[in-house]
Amino acid sequence: MSGVRVLVGTRKGAFVLTADGKRRHWEVSGPQFAGWEVYHMKGSPADPDRLYASQSSGWFGQVIQRSSDGGKTWQTPGGGVTKTPEGMPMGESNRFVYDTSDATGKPLTTHQWYDGTQHPWEFKRVWHLEPSPTDPETVYAGVEDAALFQTSDGATTWKELPGLRGHGSGPQWAPGAGGMCLHTIVIDPANPKRIYIAISAAGAFRTEDGGKTWRAINQGLRSNHIPDPKAEVGHCVHRIAMHPSRPNVLFMQKHWDVMRSDDGGVSWREVSGNLPSDFGFPIDVHAHEPDTIYVVPIKSDSEHYPPDGKLRVYRSRTGGNEWEALTQGLPQKDCYVNVLRDAMAVDRLDPCGVYVGTTGGQVYGSANGGDSWEPIVRDLPPVLSVEVQTLS
Amino acid sequence: MIRVVLPYHLRTLANVGEEVALEVPAPVTQRAVLDALEARYPMLRGTIRDHDTLKRRAFLRFFVCGQDISLDPPEAPLPGAVATGGEPFLVVGAVAGG
Repeated sequence: MSGVRVLVGTRKGAFVLTADGKRRHWEVSGPQFAGWEVYHMKGSPADPDRLYASQSSGWFGQVIQRSSDGGKTWQTPGGGVTKTPEGMPMGESNRFVYDTSDATGKPLTTHQWYDGTQHPWEFKRVWHLEPSPTDPETVYAGVEDAALFQTSDGATTWKELPGLRGHGSGPQWAPGAGGMCLHTIVIDPANPKRIYIAISAAGAFRTEDGGKTWRAINQGLRSNHIPDPKAEVGHCVHRIAMHPSRPNVLFMQKHWDVMRSDDGGVSWREVSGNLPSDFGFPIDVHAHEPDTIYVVPIKSDSEHYPPDGKLRVYRSRTGGNEWEALTQGLPQKDCYVNVLRDAMAVDRLDPCGVYVGTTGGQVYGSANGGDSWEPIVRDLPPVLSVEVQTLS
Repeated sequence: MIRVVLPYHLRTLANVGEEVALEVPAPVTQRAVLDALEARYPMLRGTIRDHDTLKRRAFLRFFVCGQDISLDPPEAPLPGAVATGGEPFLVVGAVAGG
């Protein structure tokens, strides 16, 4: 019997929502890591029972948790066979140290600060965990201040892939209002050495060699705060999505503008079309229709809630430009929530399920590609991230 | 034995009660207590002080015998009452809402 497991990260813990393939009746479990912020949780495509979670706190910093039983139990991995008296494995799974070696030839110590001066890189938290499509022990972590880390031992130890910060533009990167975070990691399933990442507010980058070298892929992006239309970095990319069957076609929700690339990010064109606002955070692609994409427009960069108090997911079946509002089952009155960049996901069932989590604590699900929606749960803490595992 | 009182979220992370007892070799200092705490509960590494600089995290403070010792040198000996287990070493999180 097929089913889905929805992994929800919130401001005050993690929740797991499960249902069978019909997706009508849901079981809600949690909170895990109660009281901590869970920026992201994601399962390994190679082993659905292997999950990773980023748990953090302004008081106590970063913790990485790992589950090997689909989220029933968790541990902080690391340190081999040695265990504490309570049975917890010893380790340093939360140790993210920026590379300062000469290996890259360009050890970076500063980036641009809000006032234009240079500022040292300082680790704050893990925004996004992206497990390898083929190896449950390998995971990429996108962190604030922006850098990409990798573990090859199931999150026991982490090592920076310094070529990204070593890209010549590093000292020009600057934080957006939410911090300088690497929030998007998209791996080409046919060629795992090809990875796309995005940073607020530096832009998008691509590697073809597993993270050793990177190129900025921001040509065609336009941002009012950047006078130079050919600026290599500085764009506030909010999210990038790709259909696994078409790794050269990328969709992007930028600070303003919904964009599309048909050449792996080398060039971009705007596909905002008839959207009521092209400001937003998440973007995702239908599991079986590579030209069907979803966004959640919000009013503006100053008013982070839906236009007219109506929560509407917009769907394009034409790869952009022509959009339709999906409203059935979503609040169409007095709704002033937001959907954050990592808080939309699709399952791989047929029909495709679509899920969004809001800053008001609701998780809405659609079991028919967005035609109609139902709240799976209404009163969670503010939702930071939503991921879906399709289980066979 | 040295008694260490942890804030709630570190108790749940380490799966312990409010207070833990540690063997700490003399001289008993702030650093020695934290070294022993992290050796016994390695999941706490990085949550009280930085992995590498060993600098105290900004929103945590250390108290003994009613005194805030957060800014004292980490190598300074702690009061005898702490060294003998009469008084606990308190790790306290900053009060904040939300």
